[in-house]
Amino acid sequence: MAEYSAADFAPLKVQSHSQTLSRPSLSYWQDAWIRLKANRRALTSLYLVIGLLVFTLLGPLIWRVNPASQDLDQISAPPGRDRGALVVPEYTPWEGPTTQATELQLAAPPTSQAVRLQWAPLPNAHGHRVYRNLYPVGPERAFGIPLAEFFDNSTLYFEDRLDLRPGRYYYSVVALNDNGRPTTEAQTITVDVRRATSISDAIKQGIIPVDAEVEVGDVLQVALHPLGTDYLGRDMLARLMAGARVSLFIGIFAPFLYVLFGVVYGSVAGFLGGKIDQLMMRFADFVVALPFLLFMILFKIAFGIGPGESGVFPMLVAMILLLWPASARLVRGQILQIREQGYVEASKLLGAKSTYLIFRHMLPNTLGVVLVTLTFEIPRAIFTEAFLSFIGMGVAPPTPSWGSMSNEGIKTMLNTPHELIFPALMISITVLAFNLLGDGLRDALDARMRNTE
Amino acid sequence: MWWFIGKRLIQGLITVWFIATATFFAMHNVPGDPLLNDRATTPIIRANLEAKYGLDKPLLTQYFIYLNNIAHGDFGISFAQENREVNDIIREHFPVSAILGVLAVLIAAVGGILWGSLTALYRNRMPDYIIMFLVILGISVPSFVIAALSQLGIVTINQLLGINFLPVAGWGTIYHMLVPALVLGLSTMAYLTRLMRSSMLEIVYSDFVRTAKSKGVPPARIFARHQLRNAVLPVITVLGPSIAAITTGGFVVEIVFAIPGLGRFFVEAVQQLDYTVIMGTTVFYGAFLVFMVILVDVIYGFIDPRVRLS
Repeated sequence: MAEYSAADFAPLKVQSHSQTLSRPSLSYWQDAWIRLKANRRALTSLYLVIGLLVFTLLGPLIWRVNPASQDLDQISAPPGRDRGALVVPEYTPWEGPTTQATELQLAAPPTSQAVRLQWAPLPNAHGHRVYRNLYPVGPERAFGIPLAEFFDNSTLYFEDRLDLRPGRYYYSVVALNDNGRPTTEAQTITVDVRRATSISDAIKQGIIPVDAEVEVGDVLQVALHPLGTDYLGRDMLARLMAGARVSLFIGIFAPFLYVLFGVVYGSVAGFLGGKIDQLMMRFADFVVALPFLLFMILFKIAFGIGPGESGVFPMLVAMILLLWPASARLVRGQILQIREQGYVEASKLLGAKSTYLIFRHMLPNTLGVVLVTLTFEIPRAIFTEAFLSFIGMGVAPPTPSWGSMSNEGIKTMLNTPHELIFPALMISITVLAFNLLGDGLRDALDARMRNTE
Repeated sequence: MWWFIGKRLIQGLITVWFIATATFFAMHNVPGDPLLNDRATTPIIRANLEAKYGLDKPLLTQYFIYLNNIAHGDFGISFAQENREVNDIIREHFPVSAILGVLAVLIAAVGGILWGSLTALYRNRMPDYIIMFLVILGISVPSFVIAALSQLGIVTINQLLGINFLPVAGWGTIYHMLVPALVLGLSTMAYLTRLMRSSMLEIVYSDFVRTAKSKGVPPARIFARHQLRNAVLPVITVLGPSIAAITTGGFVVEIVFAIPGLGRFFVEAVQQLDYTVIMGTTVFYGAFLVFMVILVDVIYGFIDPRVRLS
């Protein structure tokens, strides 16, 4: 028998390192972040979303124009146009031309203050009618809107001051027969109207200070509107920023609230199980079956909008009431799955309480799915807001939102397309960004929901 | 199977009751006064009007009268249009919406299945990229913008051709329906295309497709018999909710294209606070949607036996 000394029983030192990990261990969220970063589309959309938030929150600090103030001198002005305004004398009534005209011609340089026309009597004319058109007069003789009628040849001049904007107009004079009916004799001229302002108007609009030394013939710069103005002369950029606040507030806050409610509802149902779960889910089924947009409108009118209110709050409440069941169902399903997992069983065996189980094991594991749902719910909420505002059931004017701005813009789509294009573009970009971000998040966070791409 | 249908029908009835109840109490909460309009109302006239519409009775009695009337298919008389029954309005305008909706669902389903399979077959090649780009566009651009732009497109085409190739707005012939139905179905089509693409991609790599290939089945037959038939199942499941989305989405298209459908009437009724019309249309639409979803469920139950068992 061999002899053993006490030294033989001393613990050995660990020598092998067979368990060393070759890479640092990554948490779920670190792993997801790396995968999201690798997805170029998702990353671009993430930057877009951040850009939108900056536009909404910091934009009004940089572009300090009141979205409600009206620039009546520039109504429906398109973006990026020259802003020079010729200084002209104060307006004085016109007593008629001093010279004889040989044809339809201008009696004075055309400005946005007034366009003064004079003409020689047309052949066989017993009177004249003056028209103005925004488009060239074609062979179909579309002269535009009639401005004035003269039933004899004593008046051969006309002064147009009706809603003149800088730009090109087509003026026509049509001869009338002795019954006052138009004949085929007509003359048309093209007039390029120049923006003009008188000194007192410029002071009134705040373009120049009261004591400025400005002379007739100078060129002033009128207020800058980078994206143009709307039909009431309000600055589009400022309104887009103010509208972004409403649209994004509803678009982000409403889904956040109803997904949160859905998570609570779904996890309670899933955790309790049995009869209560059945009952709770049956109720959720009924809410799902409600025709969403109809009830959205119904609830909106039921809550009502008081004077001076924007109507954002009723919309928020209506959305929460109607849209929570989808996330509740999803979370319940997840909880039911997780409840059966080994680590939950183990935790239970170790004596974990219900609250610990829910908050430590179940909810964190549903968080990925919830985040993906939230990202996909945001475009939906933005669309809903836009849709409701479009049919006039959304936020109350004068509060701007992208949807109500589109609604206003669509009416003058042909003449001033920028009033529709900008808000529609903002909605589209936002919805696109959140959709792509949602796709990316889904791919990064949840292997089971991963897109087959 | 019959038990499955019966169960779904009873669920549907309870849902319709739930919709009716929610509508009733929501409308009762509306601020304002339905009898307050420009005509002067003396207290006597007012009392008579209240008696006529049953507004003098307690709330619960009103509720039961309302439920009883709905059970008999009577939605009452319009507040804003005198002597016009809500039933008449629905009877006259719902078919318009229904035709438009059916056409839109058809376009969406056929287009979605077609484009979806195309993208899956040409995966990561030019057709795939082009179609998926259009799909993302279709999902991201609001329907009213698409509607307005398509109207602009029609005008331009008409001007270029010099004839009235397609009408810009209105209702009547099949030509009036084509563009609105396409616009209405577009976002659903985009959604179905995505769904079809991912479900098709799953099938392309499945065992039975490989077996069919190794047996020497011609590709066209594999596509039609093996891939399409299996990939189309998830698309059918979401058709029910899609019908709901399309029918309610009809408001915008009906307004933009001046189509005399029920959706436009509903929006008008809401703007005029025409209580009975709002309630009647909501309950009618709700019931319609609920039973459409049930119908799709039952059809799906026939196609896929696993559904009825669960």
